[in-house]
Amino acid sequence: MHPCCGDGLFHVPEIEALLAHASWVRDEHRSAAMLSRTALFVPTCTQVRGMATLKEIRNRLKSVKNVQKITQSMKMVSAAKYARAERELKPSRPYGTGAAAFYDKVDIEQDREKPRHLLVTIGSDRGLCGAMNSNINKLLKNYVKDNADKEIKFVTLGDKARQALYKTHSEYFMMTYSNFGRQPATFSDAAEVAEAVINSGYEFDVGEIYFNEFKSVVSYNLRPLPLHSLESVSEADSLAVYDSLDAEVIRSYQEYQLASVLYACMKETNCSEHSARMTAMDSATKNAGGKALLTCRETQCYCL
Amino acid sequence: MASLVSRVPRLLQAVGRTLAVQATRSYADAAGPVGMSFTFGSPAAAFYNAATNVRQVDVPTFSGDIGILPSHVPTLAVLKPGKLTVYEDDATVNQFVVSSGSVTVNEDSSVQILAEEACRLEDIDPQLARSGLEKAQQQLSAAGTDAERTEAQVALEFHEQVVKALE
Repeated sequence: MHPCCGDGLFHVPEIEALLAHASWVRDEHRSAAMLSRTALFVPTCTQVRGMATLKEIRNRLKSVKNVQKITQSMKMVSAAKYARAERELKPSRPYGTGAAAFYDKVDIEQDREKPRHLLVTIGSDRGLCGAMNSNINKLLKNYVKDNADKEIKFVTLGDKARQALYKTHSEYFMMTYSNFGRQPATFSDAAEVAEAVINSGYEFDVGEIYFNEFKSVVSYNLRPLPLHSLESVSEADSLAVYDSLDAEVIRSYQEYQLASVLYACMKETNCSEHSARMTAMDSATKNAGGKALLTCRETQCYCL
Repeated sequence: MASLVSRVPRLLQAVGRTLAVQATRSYADAAGPVGMSFTFGSPAAAFYNAATNVRQVDVPTFSGDIGILPSHVPTLAVLKPGKLTVYEDDATVNQFVVSSGSVTVNEDSSVQILAEEACRLEDIDPQLARSGLEKAQQQLSAAGTDAERTEAQVALEFHEQVVKALE
């Protein structure tokens, strides 16, 4: 007994149309339906207004299942990358704190009113990793808006920032790095960026590194770390406390510290990216397999 | 006279506290006994993270070999390839081989040593170290451009120090 007939749930001509075009309905059902009611007309198109056809429901079910498979496999890949990134983050955290400790103790003031600013942002190449890159892009846009009278230069790591901003803010971009995030960051990567920043010859007064600090699997937050130029370090008052320093030592020290701080920030970003992607894909899988799937299944059963 | 008398025990105290065998540059201001917060690591491994049980550290730097004790005068230095020795409070001695990096001693007696590469002396294979030294020597003699020569010299110096540390 067809569940739709006699229920009054569906309008009769629509059922006939549906059954007439559902090729997998068994013959006895069709003949039974035909016997019980005379078909008034048989429309030539499959589209019936107000209700999805069985074929469409079937296709939707298939595509939902496919989407689920994709998001689930992306989640597993991200989980593996996250596990490795977290393992490598453990020793690099004290390393980064050690590198930043000198600047904390010396307490060099960055005067934001000074004209030349440098922003280094660390994002990712690929999307689907939560709000990470959009936070950075928003920040860059707002920074430019709030400091319209200053000279600002960006150094961006990760393609997403470039893709979002290059068209409108191309004059601010000094350097951009892509191919970041696929492989775990190494110290030589950080050294390369540090060398490029120093050799660029851009004498900045105020510098900051923005990155997403990894808090836990479900949370990360955008944080700045100060980036000091050689001049501001050499001229700092509290530097006099330090014994036997010459220009050579300060310069080498400064270069190495920059690379170390960048390395620590890169590691944090790697970890944030993979954990964010893992949670995003996890929610996507759950959502795909949730209400949407259930509704499709229910409707399919009804139509049988 | 009184000032001289009061200064003598201070100097003795300062001299007595420099125990390092190598030539030391350090002298301690006779401040109260405050331990040093010691952080030593490389990008790949953190050996000490704000450890307070360290008595002395011998560090090879480009400005000379330094022995750092608590209350060492604040200084910055560039790390040279070589052997780094850590003497802990309970008389254990840990030896490491480091490549380049930075050394920071702050006013509050915290010490941060960041090395680009560092590993325990026990983990070094003497055979590999010696073959590395020979290879570096060959590279230096075969070096063409200035950049190649500098790189080869850096490699050579590093391997020499490693082999020396193993002896």
